[in-house]
Amino acid sequence: MQGNEACVEGAIAAGMRFFAGYPITPSTEIAEACSVRLPQVGGHFIQMEDELASMAAVIGASAAGAKAMTATSGPGFSLKQENIGYACIAELPCVIVDVQRCGPSTGLATAPAQGDYQQARWGTHGDHPVIALSPSSVSETYTLIIRAFNLAEKYRTPVIFLTDEIVAHMREGIEIPDPESLEICDRRVAGNDGAYKFAYRVPEGQIVPGWKPFGEGERYNITGLFHDYSGFPTNSNAMAQEEGSRLLDKINNNLADIIQVDEYKMEGAEFAVVCFGGTARAAAFAVDAARELGIRAGMWRPVTVWPFPEKELEEKLSGLKGIIMVEHNYGQMLREVSRVAAGRVKVEFIGCIDGTIIEPVRILDKLREVHENAK
Amino acid sequence: MPSELIYNYMRIDHLPHIWCAGCGNGVLTHDVVRAIDSLCNDPDRPIPREKVVIVSGIGCSSRAAGYLDFNSMHTTHGRAIAFASGIKIANPELTVVVITGDGDCAAIGGNHLIHACRRNIDLTVVVFNNEIYGMTGGQYSPTTPRGDKGTTAVYGVVDRPFDIAALAAGAGASFTARGDVYHVKETTELIRQGIRHKGFSLIDCRSVCPTYYGRKNKKGDAVQMLKWQKENGLPMKQYRALPPEQRADKYALGILSRNEYPEYTEEYQKIIEMAMAEKGKEK
Amino acid sequence: MAKVLVIETSWCKGCGICTAFCPKNALELVGEKVRLKNTNACVLCGLCELRCPDYAIYLKEVSK
Repeated sequence: MQGNEACVEGAIAAGMRFFAGYPITPSTEIAEACSVRLPQVGGHFIQMEDELASMAAVIGASAAGAKAMTATSGPGFSLKQENIGYACIAELPCVIVDVQRCGPSTGLATAPAQGDYQQARWGTHGDHPVIALSPSSVSETYTLIIRAFNLAEKYRTPVIFLTDEIVAHMREGIEIPDPESLEICDRRVAGNDGAYKFAYRVPEGQIVPGWKPFGEGERYNITGLFHDYSGFPTNSNAMAQEEGSRLLDKINNNLADIIQVDEYKMEGAEFAVVCFGGTARAAAFAVDAARELGIRAGMWRPVTVWPFPEKELEEKLSGLKGIIMVEHNYGQMLREVSRVAAGRVKVEFIGCIDGTIIEPVRILDKLREVHENAK
Repeated sequence: MPSELIYNYMRIDHLPHIWCAGCGNGVLTHDVVRAIDSLCNDPDRPIPREKVVIVSGIGCSSRAAGYLDFNSMHTTHGRAIAFASGIKIANPELTVVVITGDGDCAAIGGNHLIHACRRNIDLTVVVFNNEIYGMTGGQYSPTTPRGDKGTTAVYGVVDRPFDIAALAAGAGASFTARGDVYHVKETTELIRQGIRHKGFSLIDCRSVCPTYYGRKNKKGDAVQMLKWQKENGLPMKQYRALPPEQRADKYALGILSRNEYPEYTEEYQKIIEMAMAEKGKEK
Repeated sequence: MAKVLVIETSWCKGCGICTAFCPKNALELVGEKVRLKNTNACVLCGLCELRCPDYAIYLKEVSK
């Protein structure tokens, strides 16, 4: 199965029943597969007139109660950003798949890259929460897209699924989990607690307001403006502060639940190769080769790439003599890693922006070099 | 206390609204309320009120959604029709009404407008067309007449305006009509028919903006602008009977086009049924 | 049932539309607020209600 197909199958298993998209390489197979598969399960696929419309339609479908997804690549991801911010403030769950490709603008449209990492965090304007997940294989694409939907519904927030051309177009055999074994999170529906007054109030003991489906009798307003508990726009600075903080806190106070890191041979490792998504395979290969040379190397891979797993990296620092950040860009996750390392562990960097992929030998050479220097 | 109708259908704790004195949007919003009320109370085919969704974009017009006591969604600038399409497709049982402005639907959102027309998705778009960007203080819009002034066209607008209803009809909308602020009963009836119409309907309603458009263009206050509408807004037949040289400022009120085309969500439902049946056979 | 004209003065923004289009000239603006200047002139046609942008004037049904 191809990565993009696994993305669709996993999403359907998670309950996705609405997809709106616009053709763009290298994500197009996702739209194609959705157009075939969604009507088979009673869902809806629509090809919208542009990227902005597909993001808007997804949020509209979410407001109507559907688990909804769109897929795009860099240029389209840029176009979707304003509406992603709308989903953040209006707290409408949805999943945005960004199959990263090379370059700014049209760049090298068919070549791999990971240059949207910081855009995934800061693409839309204003302070806002973000959850972004990045799979490194076809089978992980399947399981992780399910997690993306679960997190979106649980925290009522858009979740960015940051994949890349390598993983999206990779074909490998995968074992499809038994649907019964899957953990699926659905939106918590609020009780009828009085007309439209409290659609945006968080009940005691909950993380987010309960969901009130459109069309079922509770009339309330949804807006991209800061709003009061009923969803009506407000100009109150106090309310803006309260709501802005609540949006950030619902993520920041639940990092243990949201963050996922994959470690490979990190036990006793002195040198950590940090990577995410499509660079993981080369990194793991280099780690294996380094171990054979007697270099105590390991791979540390954020699966949740936003929020960045700061605490988890912090815990690794004391045992490390060096970090090598490997990513298909010129240093986007490097900023996060360096910030956490804060000079306590030297951070080396391997990147590329030419549409090629970083080969294991480059990582191995760097491991040998840092190992030599650390003696 | 307001009238029973306003009390029943608007969020009165947020009234009076933010629109300026004499703004046509208040009148058009009232028209929308009366149109929906008559459909909710239609003895033959009542529309359940809880199934009505109001969607709007950004601008003066789009503040209407928040005041209307339905499921309402105030979205991003230009994208109301795209959001509304997602709502309607995900739950075709809903009656979805979009309230938008000339800038919102014909400039930044023009692409969504023409494609929704082409798709013939069952939405009703009510355009509060005040020929200016009011919320930002009077910049010229895609419907500001040529030569008129705005804060970004102090020497007069150079480009030609859109006729939004004609644009929608050309793009394939199956119901297009024009109303205005002065002709209240006629406009309400057009909105009512538009909502009842199965397929994409657009009612281009000439609003009035005395604050930014009227004053800048020496068109007077709200009263003078409505008097102008009274004189120039003609029933379709009367307008068509005029020789072109006498049309000048005159405009046609009423239904401009009405066709029966297959509706998008109903057509897609057929695809779902076919795909599910085929998938069932595989098993 | 009979009808009476009700004015919600606090909602009136004084645009003058109702006074200008009242067919019986029964309304006037005083200090930017509408008021009924001639009760006998009002024929309860409701045109003011239809054209008021602020929902500040309307006909109400009352039992006699």
